[in-house]
Amino acid sequence: MSPPVKVIGAFGSPFSHRVEAALRLKGVPYELILEDLSTKSELLLKSNPVHKKVPVLLHGDRAVCESLVIVEYIDEAFDGPPLLPADPYDRAMTRFWVDFMENKCSMPFWLAHWTEGEVRGRFVKEAKENLALLEAQLKGKRFFGGDTAGYLDIAACALSPWLSVIEEVTGVTLVDDDEYPELCRWAKEYASDEALKQCIPDRDELVAYFNVNKERYKMFANAMAQQ
Amino acid sequence: MAGEKSLVLLDFWVSPFGQRCRIALAEKGLEYEYSEQELLGTKSDLLLRSNPVHKKIPVLLHAGRPVNESLVILNYLDEAFPASPPLLPADPYARAQARFWAAYSDKVYEVGTRLWKLKGDAHGQAKKEMAEVLANLDGELGDKAFFSGDEFGFVDVALVPFAPWLPSYEKYGEFSVKEKWPRLDAWARRCGERESVAKSLHPPEKVDEFITLLKKHYGIE
Repeated sequence: MSPPVKVIGAFGSPFSHRVEAALRLKGVPYELILEDLSTKSELLLKSNPVHKKVPVLLHGDRAVCESLVIVEYIDEAFDGPPLLPADPYDRAMTRFWVDFMENKCSMPFWLAHWTEGEVRGRFVKEAKENLALLEAQLKGKRFFGGDTAGYLDIAACALSPWLSVIEEVTGVTLVDDDEYPELCRWAKEYASDEALKQCIPDRDELVAYFNVNKERYKMFANAMAQQ
Repeated sequence: MAGEKSLVLLDFWVSPFGQRCRIALAEKGLEYEYSEQELLGTKSDLLLRSNPVHKKIPVLLHAGRPVNESLVILNYLDEAFPASPPLLPADPYARAQARFWAAYSDKVYEVGTRLWKLKGDAHGQAKKEMAEVLANLDGELGDKAFFSGDEFGFVDVALVPFAPWLPSYEKYGEFSVKEKWPRLDAWARRCGERESVAKSLHPPEKVDEFITLLKKHYGIE
């Protein structure tokens, strides 16, 4: 029997969600340990001494850190529906787009919502270009992964449940039905998927969480925009 | 050779990310055509067509199909050429560790670049971060010959191309790897003795000249 699986996560974190999403898609039961990030637990600091961040996957006495590394680990360590395609080239394409999502998309997308005025204009342009590329990847498919959600869908999760919350809290809407019909459709598919919806945070709680942290996010965004 | 078809690597001589691919291809005994790309001037049509998203090297073309991003290329080489010596270990947990540290190794270049580009407080911050990064890598290496143990593997391939950049970072950051992290220093020399590494990397002097060139290009004193 496989050793117990635990996820050290935090409420509201799309990175934590990625790990839960992968476990649920694979059908692996787990225990969720929610961290209060203002006072990090001994367990978290011991399990992730390098980054001291959530999420961390604990599988028996193994600790795996970094959400994308964890998702690939879950795919390889457990039986269940594959999260990546079988063909090596398709796998490379999936990893490329995951890297794109993580390293090219996330920051401009975040900054496009949390900065203001002229500064924001620059990020909006970049975010829209990136979104158009993702839109093109979805053409004709239910999920990025095909008929079922996979690695890239999980990696792009911030574009689903989190997006509408961020739009509500900031008043900024980048992803509208007219310009990005595929992404909007995908967001609904993601949020209503049987496995995935079980680990999507409650919308009202998420809105409240973002409202509480609104000023802090704006401050950080403006600081980042200066760099 | 069966399955190899044509392998072409679009690359730039001093790029450590390109070198990761060169070392990996050599370790796996895979023949390929090396294609030097113009980066500071006009990029080739082939490069722009093969990597329209980032317009960057390295790009691996396998029977004409492009694979981009150095670590994606490394994973691809293991999966597309399963008969060749693997870069990643077999065990899922060991693989996760390897992927974590390979991704982490990017920080050497990212922080190192800030060391030669920035001044004042930002430079001080970069110095502090570089010390943390190297300490973490040294800690992970420990007393092992290579990052995964006795065998040269994924993390070593990912990290060793930054070794010739370290003397420049030492200069700009005012530190000595040999003094503070002798195990890491010994590891770099050990890796340098491998043919794949020796043939792929350039001497530190060449890298330092390149940094000076980049500084001029960016108008940095």
